[in-house]
Amino acid sequence: MARMKFLCDAERCIECQACVTACKSEHEVPWGVNRRRVIVMDDGLPGEKSVSVACMHCSDAPCAAVCPVDCFYTTADGIVLHDKDLCIGCGYCFYACPFGAPQYPQQSAFGVRGKMDKCTFCAGGPEPTHSEAEYVKYGANRVADGKLPLCAEMCATKALLAGDGDVVSDIYRQRVMRRGGRPQTWGWQAAYGTT
Amino acid sequence: MSETTVSDVQRRRRRSLLWSLALILSLSMLLPTLGYVMAQTGQEVQAQAQQGFGPERATNPRSDMWRGAREGQTGFTTQTGPYVTNTMISNVGETWRQFRMGPLITYGAWLLGAALALVVLVYAVFGRIRLEHGRSGKTIERWKFYERCVHWFTAGSFVILAITGLSLLFGRSVLIPLMGREAFAAYAEIGKLVHNYLGPAFSVGLLLLILMWVRHNIPNKVDLAWFKAGGGIFLKGRHPSAGKLNGGEKVWFWLGVFVFGLIVSISGFLLNFPIFGQTRETMALAQAAHAITSLLWIGFFFGHAYIGTLGTEGALEGMTTGRVDVNWAKQHHDLWYEEQIARGARPQPAEATTAKTGAGAGTVGQPSH
Ligand code: HEM
Ligand code: SF4
Ligand code: SF4
Repeated sequence: MARMKFLCDAERCIECQACVTACKSEHEVPWGVNRRRVIVMDDGLPGEKSVSVACMHCSDAPCAAVCPVDCFYTTADGIVLHDKDLCIGCGYCFYACPFGAPQYPQQSAFGVRGKMDKCTFCAGGPEPTHSEAEYVKYGANRVADGKLPLCAEMCATKALLAGDGDVVSDIYRQRVMRRGGRPQTWGWQAAYGTT
Repeated sequence: MSETTVSDVQRRRRRSLLWSLALILSLSMLLPTLGYVMAQTGQEVQAQAQQGFGPERATNPRSDMWRGAREGQTGFTTQTGPYVTNTMISNVGETWRQFRMGPLITYGAWLLGAALALVVLVYAVFGRIRLEHGRSGKTIERWKFYERCVHWFTAGSFVILAITGLSLLFGRSVLIPLMGREAFAAYAEIGKLVHNYLGPAFSVGLLLLILMWVRHNIPNKVDLAWFKAGGGIFLKGRHPSAGKLNGGEKVWFWLGVFVFGLIVSISGFLLNFPIFGQTRETMALAQAAHAITSLLWIGFFFGHAYIGTLGTEGALEGMTTGRVDVNWAKQHHDLWYEEQIARGARPQPAEATTAKTGAGAGTVGQPSH
């Protein structure tokens, strides 16, 4: 069984925001909610690098561990999904997540946030596959069609890789061997541990 | 004539063609050199930022960047939204998760269990503290109507806040196995709503309690003697003196209501109003302070509630009817009783007052404090 992972190759990312735009448009993600974002470090300085960040679908997911209503589940492909019908919008998964992935439609007094929303690896949610309810709550289900996340497919420089972790790391290993330098599998330690 | 015009047109075309070619050629050679201009100004920017590539620079900017990212340094992102963060990786989350799912839940459960066990043990060993001379049949006013209102409002909201708060913390391990995920999520949704709206009102109740009763809670020498005598519970036959409130009640006031109240209210406020740009670090710290203090407070509360009801005969009626039996007053708060009598308070027959009990009836005929 494949174990789905994301990897963003910072040597290739050119901060073009195509992944962000693809995600927004594919899932009709509302304003203020961002399932994927590009973070530029040392902007305009030597050593500047950008990385596209979204939910990494962690092996031992901190979000799932702290959720008071236990609404997360991991699919057979290792994709971390959650049930919006159960979510109470407590914000705990947002505090626990290393990548700032969980998002909410509201931020208001008395802790009112609405239902948590995050990257689904384009794998929909607990509603029936390709149903209207699934699309409205979780966005498109591309994985069910045998497709990979649109952000990675859209990436012009192929900096953002998505798919079976073994294949992704093979591609990345070949790149590092060819170009030299140290590998920088950013976020993998935090998301997937040492495996 | 027509020949000359044709050749004129052709000549002009040829000339513009040549000029265009020359322009394209010269631009194609000149434009790439703009890179040098960029590099030049770029170097100046770097020099300004003191981050040049020169040999005087000790570390590699690329490694610096990754080190910074690992340490939670912030970057730049074009995305905007209330929950969009500009750190690539946050280190507080995993620590907070380990703390909440580990020691907090484990030791929290043990703490509450131990506090309950202690109360049961005290009851089993020492039993209920009886009125030694029975009831006198006469009562004296102890708490005014408005004081009882504030007390019961605060106490009631404390219990509701404790139940809804503990449900969030322990619901997953205790309630989900019993009710299932759907039912628990529905309950937790309401619980969160109640907790978050009642919380600030509870804080106001605390403030009123403090303003109302701080004058009864100034510590003095009598309290020391009271502690030495074990508060009259643990050492039988000793009757330590006490004013309106005894040493134990003063500890509940200062440690419970004041210190715990302050910590829980401030941390609760930070959690409840995530609209002032609090970072995830702040929220995690606030949650830790809120939960630890709440657990200690609930444990302490078990003791307070036990002593006020089952533990002491004749104590509860002071907070329900506002009046206590004269013998209870003499036994537990002798100095206060003497003071009241000296001030001209007249004990009244129990029946007369119970008949009139109700809104404010307890204060009839009593001198105001
Ligand atoms: C003083 C006013 C209070 C405010 C403003 C307040 C607010 C909050 C907030 C916002 C949360 C986070 C969860 C959520 O969004 O529902 C929370 C959790 C909690 N509160 Fe309070 N609260 C207050 C008083 C209390 C009291 C008196 C207790 C118990 C004696 C208590 C016990 C708890 C517990 C145990 C949690 C759960 C922590 C967790 O699940 O990790 N709170 N409170
Ligand atoms: S990246 Fe965040 S939201 Fe995604 S699985 Fe990991 S902890 Fe959960
Ligand atoms: S916000 Fe929703 S998904 Fe996140 S921890 Fe709270 S209940 Fe669970």
